[in-house]
Amino acid sequence: MNILVCVKRVPDTETRVRIAEDGQSIDPSGVKYVVSPYDEFAVEAALRTKEALGEGEVAVVSLGGEDSQETLRSGLAMGADRGVLLKGEVTMDGLATAKTLAAHVEEEGPDLVLLGVKAVDDDQQQVGPMLATLLGRPCVTGVAEFEMKDGTAVCRREVEGGVEVVEVDLPAVITVTKGPFEPRYASLKGIMAAKRKPLDTKEVEVPASSLEVKALEPPPEKAEGRIVGEGPDAVPELVRLLREEAKVL
Amino acid sequence: MPTDRDDYEQLRKAVRSLCARYPEEYWRKLDRDRAYPEDFVQELTEAGFLGALIPEEYGGGGLGMGEACAILEEINRSGANAAACHAQMYTMGTLLRHGSEEQKRRWLPGIAEGRLRLQAFAVTEPDAGSDTTRISTRARRVDGGYRISGKKIFISRVEHSDLMILLARTTPLEEVEKKTRGLSAFLVDLREAGDAIRVRPVDTMMNHATTELFIDDLEVPEENLIGEEGRGFHHILSGMNAERILLASESVGDAYYFVDRATRYAGERIVFDRPIGKNQGVQFPIARAYVQARAAAAVRDEAVALYDAQEPCGPEANMCKLLASEAAWEAANAALDTFGGYGFAEEYGIERKFREARLYVVAPVSNNMVLSYVGQHVLGMPRSF
Repeated sequence: MNILVCVKRVPDTETRVRIAEDGQSIDPSGVKYVVSPYDEFAVEAALRTKEALGEGEVAVVSLGGEDSQETLRSGLAMGADRGVLLKGEVTMDGLATAKTLAAHVEEEGPDLVLLGVKAVDDDQQQVGPMLATLLGRPCVTGVAEFEMKDGTAVCRREVEGGVEVVEVDLPAVITVTKGPFEPRYASLKGIMAAKRKPLDTKEVEVPASSLEVKALEPPPEKAEGRIVGEGPDAVPELVRLLREEAKVL
Repeated sequence: MPTDRDDYEQLRKAVRSLCARYPEEYWRKLDRDRAYPEDFVQELTEAGFLGALIPEEYGGGGLGMGEACAILEEINRSGANAAACHAQMYTMGTLLRHGSEEQKRRWLPGIAEGRLRLQAFAVTEPDAGSDTTRISTRARRVDGGYRISGKKIFISRVEHSDLMILLARTTPLEEVEKKTRGLSAFLVDLREAGDAIRVRPVDTMMNHATTELFIDDLEVPEENLIGEEGRGFHHILSGMNAERILLASESVGDAYYFVDRATRYAGERIVFDRPIGKNQGVQFPIARAYVQARAAAAVRDEAVALYDAQEPCGPEANMCKLLASEAAWEAANAALDTFGGYGFAEEYGIERKFREARLYVVAPVSNNMVLSYVGQHVLGMPRSF
């Protein structure tokens, strides 16, 4: 079985993001980049599937600039067999990204396409479902864990208050969320082997974005706390404030 | 935290991810019980990190000193303590550079795989510390090999090693032309040593598994002599330069650990309605420690480049060890001052790292010995001994 995992290069979740002077992008200076964590879950899921089946191939693909090679190498160091860099510009337009990826998927024809449920930089959750639609494939989103059974994927989705089990025919698109497995770290052998694994670069035409970022704003500063009193005496006032001012009761 | 320029980000990230599985509580418990980080060392070895310097043909990573330094630096920066296993990296250097092809084929693959632990380096003696040529442990030729007797002290990790490199006199000091001659290096299989080596743990201010060895008629077969008889001092020297560069990297890692922790805490801890980091009295020592750590890392990188090019690197290896251990110590103090009383509380981890970081001002060679080396051998000043 051939699995293709789409990975994205994003600022490290621990990086303190600053808005650039244009007010529309982030200041890239001093920012470290990582594989989007949900995409790492997807790579882990793909590797586990391959290991469970004892056969098949896991390829990683990324749309982005030269820097995204590093992202692909991380996937290769974890254990993916080969990487493909689709060299082109990533925009805010999920549809443009999905169309670019779809063209590549059509070409490779993997049985299963995996993506993180969302990229942690723009949090849009668009590309997976859009890609499935463009390909005419079924899509299961937010999958914590899945296993292959008689040529179908049995997926566990964690929905509010419970678990939903969905069986989907292949070929399919699955978006992966945090599941029971931590993504493996690369062993030294993995890192060394990754240097020798094939990593192809393909120039792609990304459709023009139909979306434009007008402004980025930092979240409002947290207001200072207020002490309304101490002990049981403070309760009535606290309840009043929660009801009337915060409107949470 | 500003990013540090280097080419090993992926390696560092992998080491960080591994270390993240061994949080502060893990190390605190070991420290309290004076126990060896068995799980941590096992996982680190299995993932191949400790075999980084072993050539690929013997099953290792085939990497250079730069990568090895990045690994140890990252271990210590994460709050862990590489001292438990760092010797696996440099002790092997003596075998790698001076061992015969047969010895390398016999031992290195097991070391790379983690089946064999070679992480004890028996040089120091109660009556011969930095004055290595005065060691009195004696190896006498017998049929088929050598019989060794003597005493060693501050030999770390013996109880957690299968193999040990041992330096002994094969020709008495009085009979050699140069005092650095007549010493030989042996690979001792501790699993076969039986009663010939008695190990007595030395309790120290931190969890370091160091011991005193009483060696009594230890038989070592001929094939375990490394390199040439009588040239052992020279054979272990290259291992010592490696040791200094690697340990300097741990100190750089320690320094960054303290700077990371202190910086974060100084930004979070509110006193007089503002973060304490706003006070330059708090800020400057942390900033200074960071500057010193970067400087130490720069000299360390110089030493690495020379070592990997197989060029003489004694001055750089020694200087980076001094700079890094002092940077770590400065950073440790800055962190302890920043954390105040909480720095002394065990649960914060600062006091444990503080004790551990202090070691490298003294070991593996005292910083005063480094200065004396620089004064006499680099600057050519009159010899004091």
